[in-house]
Amino acid sequence: MTDDTSNVIQSLSVAEVADVELYHPKSWITKYVFSQDAKIIAIQYSITALSIGLVALVMSWLMRLQLGFPGLLSFIDADSYYQFMTMHGMIMVIYLLTALFLGGFGNYLIPLMLGARDMVFPYVNMLSYWVYLLAVLVLVASFFVPGGPTGAGWTLYPPQAILATTPGKQWGIIVMLVSLMLFIVGFTMGGLNYVVTVLQGRTRGMTLLRMPLTVWGIFTATVLALLAFPALFVGSVMMLLDRVIGTSFFMPAIVSMGEQLPYGGGSPILFQHLFWFFGHPEVYIVALPAFGIISDLISTHARKNIFGYRMMVWALVAIGALSFLVWAHHMYVSGMHPAFGYFFATTTLIIAIPTAIKVYNWVLTLWRGDIHLTVPMLYALAFIVTFVNGGLTGLFLGNVVVDVPLSDTMFVVAHFHMVMGIAPIFAIFGGIYHWYPKVTGRLLSDTLGKLHFWVTFLGAYAIFFPLHYVGLMGVPRRYYEMGEMAFVPPSTATLNAFITVVALIVGAAQLVFVFNLVRSLRRGRPAGGNPWGATTLEWQTPQTPPGHGNWGKTLPVAYRWAYDYSVPGAAQDFLPQNQPPVPRTA
Amino acid sequence: MRTAVALALIVLGSVVFHLLSPWWWTPIASNWAYIDDTILITFWITGVVFAAVVLFMAYCVFRFRHREGSRAAYQPESTRLEWWLSIGTGIGVAAMLAPGLVVWHQFVTVPDDAVTVEVVGQQWQWSYRLPGADGRLGASHVAYVSPDNPLGIDPKDPHGQDDVIVQGEPLHLELGKPVKILLRSLDVVHDFYVPEFRAKMDMIPGTVTYYWFTPTRVGTFEVLCAELCGTGHSHMRGSVVVELESEHRTWLLQQKSFAQLRAPVRADAGN
Repeated sequence: MTDDTSNVIQSLSVAEVADVELYHPKSWITKYVFSQDAKIIAIQYSITALSIGLVALVMSWLMRLQLGFPGLLSFIDADSYYQFMTMHGMIMVIYLLTALFLGGFGNYLIPLMLGARDMVFPYVNMLSYWVYLLAVLVLVASFFVPGGPTGAGWTLYPPQAILATTPGKQWGIIVMLVSLMLFIVGFTMGGLNYVVTVLQGRTRGMTLLRMPLTVWGIFTATVLALLAFPALFVGSVMMLLDRVIGTSFFMPAIVSMGEQLPYGGGSPILFQHLFWFFGHPEVYIVALPAFGIISDLISTHARKNIFGYRMMVWALVAIGALSFLVWAHHMYVSGMHPAFGYFFATTTLIIAIPTAIKVYNWVLTLWRGDIHLTVPMLYALAFIVTFVNGGLTGLFLGNVVVDVPLSDTMFVVAHFHMVMGIAPIFAIFGGIYHWYPKVTGRLLSDTLGKLHFWVTFLGAYAIFFPLHYVGLMGVPRRYYEMGEMAFVPPSTATLNAFITVVALIVGAAQLVFVFNLVRSLRRGRPAGGNPWGATTLEWQTPQTPPGHGNWGKTLPVAYRWAYDYSVPGAAQDFLPQNQPPVPRTA
Repeated sequence: MRTAVALALIVLGSVVFHLLSPWWWTPIASNWAYIDDTILITFWITGVVFAAVVLFMAYCVFRFRHREGSRAAYQPESTRLEWWLSIGTGIGVAAMLAPGLVVWHQFVTVPDDAVTVEVVGQQWQWSYRLPGADGRLGASHVAYVSPDNPLGIDPKDPHGQDDVIVQGEPLHLELGKPVKILLRSLDVVHDFYVPEFRAKMDMIPGTVTYYWFTPTRVGTFEVLCAELCGTGHSHMRGSVVVELESEHRTWLLQQKSFAQLRAPVRADAGN
């Protein structure tokens, strides 16, 4: 892969680009608050997402306390339990994971990794963040409206989502839908930016097949999100109309609590199709950036090129395309026509093949590597363990008839937490430990990082692995309390208490992480420009942290792919992408 | 070293937990043992893959850990290896999908001799309706729901008059007789779920959904709601009794028909 670059690119001179197009901030406010610099926007996105994520973490503690020690906390009744559950799910999937991967990592890394000065539409990029912040504030407001937030579950299935027997019926559901719509508006502005920047903003020599896999992952995920979120948007508008002005998009004739309601003719299952047409790609919106980040972490810290780069790119694209053909596997027992089962089971299991290729290529990258067990590398390994575990249980649930007994049980909860909760969060942690030195100029504490890692990794596995078996017994999900179930042995209560205790410990370990983030800002070891010896362009900036415009006077030129580690004959064990090839003497 | 050991212990711990923990499925009471078999096949295939991937990683982490002066190999790709792995994965996937689709075909093909039982869900209770002597259920719509017609049976439909209605009592099913469960909801989405039967299906207001099975074990089994249906979701319980044909006939004779349930109301109205 190295020598195919030398002939083509040798003629390229170093680009000198005057940075006149860039907007230059004139005051502290335009530099750090209403900033148009993608790097500042990335930090704003990340801090906002992590903060609201802490709220979701507290929700999960409260739920686990109720499940492990029923009745211990008297203020958790069925209503508040379902409210915590709904807010936990919604925050984690949308306001934390989606926002952090695309708005956080995307904004920081796309321009830097591609050798661009900034996103192509900096003003829209700024708006994107502020609309996202507004969406988060509206979401938070739902805790304070009369009746509290909605308790409809993050899937918001009608009719119950808008009926009086669901908590948050007065205002919660309205506020939730408005917040989702705002989020989608904000995301669309950012998303168009990321896509256009990847397609138009690359520096010279940065061909698509030289982009780091992180950018490929974020790019593919953004395309998915731009195509998938509109389905959620229209679903939200229609449900809002059903709730506020009494239309019947999703509402058939209903008798609720003995009273005939003025609805008729609508289809509850239509909402499920709209929701999952968004909801399944959403899984990959979260997973694909994680795939990319993990590829780069493994390659850098194993000092070895990623194995099968081209296959990795095509696998990303194939997974992205297939993700639009599998949505109804969330609906095998929804009462849709049974013939759909054959189609969606087949597409769902086919998607396992490109996904498996990615896993093979990660572990094959480790083979004959020079593995540095840094904290980012540990998180990458933990990602593979949890992702493989969660991906394999997906083969149970995707196989239509196996899904019938397992659907709507704790098995599903265990599966999706492992595959799209724990695994992507490990990618986020790995990414933060990896790129924090570029963002701040200082390294995070290694000791605290390892403590955080081991407690989080082993704890998360101990929480979610046994939970599969609780579901296999038949315990349904979304139960405020199990009560007496004849088919459940009494020892399950002990298991539930154990899981709760571990969950509290893992949650507490996140405070270590937050402390590390804050402490290392001032007291972390100075990192220098390229502490990991990485090849990609973000590590080759003239300043660390990179200044406004990223590159000083001249833009870098990419002469090679992103993975020239341990090239035979090279003096160092890495060749940066902007290092020109040695001229051939012949 | 520590990391490699930890990874290996995760595999070992998971296998030991799988084999020795007391938490496993409840004994089956329907004909869907095929579903259990498919789950077991899937456990085997996925278990082997999980162990192989994680142990391979553990080996790499141990064998190729950084030491002074060590350097990684340079190997961008190997088309041959990647194709072999893809084909192998494809075979594994097919080995799970094929039996799955065959069993799904059985699951959605209701036998001709199945009896019909209707389950009606509403917040937060289960009701049941069985056809009377004519063997057919009468038409229904939520518009007909009233205090003396809780399941919304069309009062003008002659087929509905002899329908047997069971409210607040367990449903009784006959051992060994295939049963097609028609599912109807009056308000929100519910899901009629009996873990021992392995089958479940959502009930959608405005539509009638179904599934079928054959009870294969005598006993009383718990009914749970498996789709979030509001505040009382976890309290929406009931039970199903599976019994011999003679006992079932006796039970059926004691139940009231739609016409009988409405009779006292009409008498009151006449006074």
